[in-house]
Amino acid sequence: MEQQAAKNPSISPLWAGISTILWQEYLIFSRRFWKNTASTMVTPILYLFAFGFGLGRGIRFEGVSYLEFVIPGIVALSTMTSSFNAVATPLNISRLYDKTFEEYLTAPIPMISLTIGRILAGAFRGMFSGLVMLALTMVFGVHLHIGGLFLLLLFLNCLVFSGFGFWAALTIQSHSEINKFNAFVISPMSFLCGTFFSLQNIPQFLSAFLYILPLTHTTNGLRTLSLTQTFPLDSFIALTLYALLFFGLGLRACYQVEE
Amino acid sequence: MIVLESLTKRFDNRTVVDNLSLHIRPGEFFGLLGPNGAGKTTTIRMLMTLARATSGRIIIGGQDMTRNAMALKSKIGLVPQHINLDGELTARENLDMHGRLFGLRPEERKSRITELLEFVEMPDRANEPVRKFSGGMKRRILIARALMHRPQILLLDEPTIGLDPMTRRRMWDLVRKLNTGGQTILLTTHYLEEAEALCNRVALMNKGKLVELGTPEELKTKVGPFVVETDDGGLRRSHFFPTREAGSLFIQDLQQDGKGSSVSLRASNLEDVFIHLTSGDSLSMEEGTSKRDSKTINHRAKDF
Repeated sequence: MEQQAAKNPSISPLWAGISTILWQEYLIFSRRFWKNTASTMVTPILYLFAFGFGLGRGIRFEGVSYLEFVIPGIVALSTMTSSFNAVATPLNISRLYDKTFEEYLTAPIPMISLTIGRILAGAFRGMFSGLVMLALTMVFGVHLHIGGLFLLLLFLNCLVFSGFGFWAALTIQSHSEINKFNAFVISPMSFLCGTFFSLQNIPQFLSAFLYILPLTHTTNGLRTLSLTQTFPLDSFIALTLYALLFFGLGLRACYQVEE
Repeated sequence: MIVLESLTKRFDNRTVVDNLSLHIRPGEFFGLLGPNGAGKTTTIRMLMTLARATSGRIIIGGQDMTRNAMALKSKIGLVPQHINLDGELTARENLDMHGRLFGLRPEERKSRITELLEFVEMPDRANEPVRKFSGGMKRRILIARALMHRPQILLLDEPTIGLDPMTRRRMWDLVRKLNTGGQTILLTTHYLEEAEALCNRVALMNKGKLVELGTPEELKTKVGPFVVETDDGGLRRSHFFPTREAGSLFIQDLQQDGKGSSVSLRASNLEDVFIHLTSGDSLSMEEGTSKRDSKTINHRAKDF
């Protein structure tokens, strides 16, 4: 048996872990592709309809149409919820109900590969819904400047909330607690972090608080990139710090889970 | 091969595994027996680092077991009590996933999957999603999965729980074939005939403590190789005897007293040992205390 292990020294356990998780997620994703894509499209369409066409066709806001203003916010918020839910819900179920998570815990892979693999998989799912959303806005005839930096910032946002979902799913003790995260963290952020309005219009002390939240930085950064094409350095820094924070918390949770 | 040194696990104030020390030898088929809540599963979970010991050590092949002990983990195959296959994936994909996690190369995974599906007699179901399988089929895939990486040590946690008697016997045949390959096997069960059919040596656990250790034969001899069961107004009694003759004499006595209805004499089995144990007695024959060297245990109907 020991020869068996020595026979394949070139497949590193780190890569084995990450690639297996991505492969498994891809299998599931491709199997439910149309169902997934359709359900991914519902929320953005509703937002576009209500806040864009219903409310904002004629309204000008900070020098642009309200639709152009609100779309970066909606992209930020829909990638946030889909990254978070792509990790938090299935991981929570696999940990507490089907116990499929134990298959990973007992495998000879380092915990860091489990953390990287799961967070990346969630971020890809979030990114997919972001791209679907952007494609929809083009179909609806909205013109936005979307470049590499825009997508990079969007991906950072996905990493932040996928990491947050990973950490949440590993630390809570029952499935219903995921709803608490949704109710007390995710939903308030979607409304508060400048998605639908400009933070310049609200009192100083309140906006100072909102600048602590990661989604504020995504929304502002994406909006800056799409409307003015200037580089939002502070957004990149803030999101990178948040992504690292949740990665670290998630990794630590991997060692502490099910003790 | 597997050494447990004063292993203890406490949840809050409850001690689930209490100062358990065991030495499982290479190539042994070892059974960990006990009633529900005896601490068997917790012991297996600690072995796989799914639970952390409050104190004590787990040494496998001379090395301490930790969550990051990757070389050690790749030597162990786990068949958990809870069926934790990915129901969305097919049987083949579940095995493939395991092979990938254990760093097997593609061609090796492919040949191993074919071989193992053959071994568990399910080659025709390879491409069906696991959620469509029956409980017994899932268990077989679970065993196949644990064998993907050719582990030297196999941990089977209640592998036949909830299976019908026929399927259970098929599982036993499968598991027996494994041990002939020289693997060390640790099996937990509360089906005593299962331990009797499979294990070289068994440890009896009760309330987290190791109560008895030996071959099934040794334990049966210890409690008394023959047993006479009597029914005494709803109170079932087991009387243990060192020989069949002593048991027959006892029955004759009973019949003379007119109490010989519904008695039976048979060879004792692990179940008797087990009931003896859970009734709180130690397993030593009390020589010559009652008539004909018998030892009697009463157990009320509520115990069943």
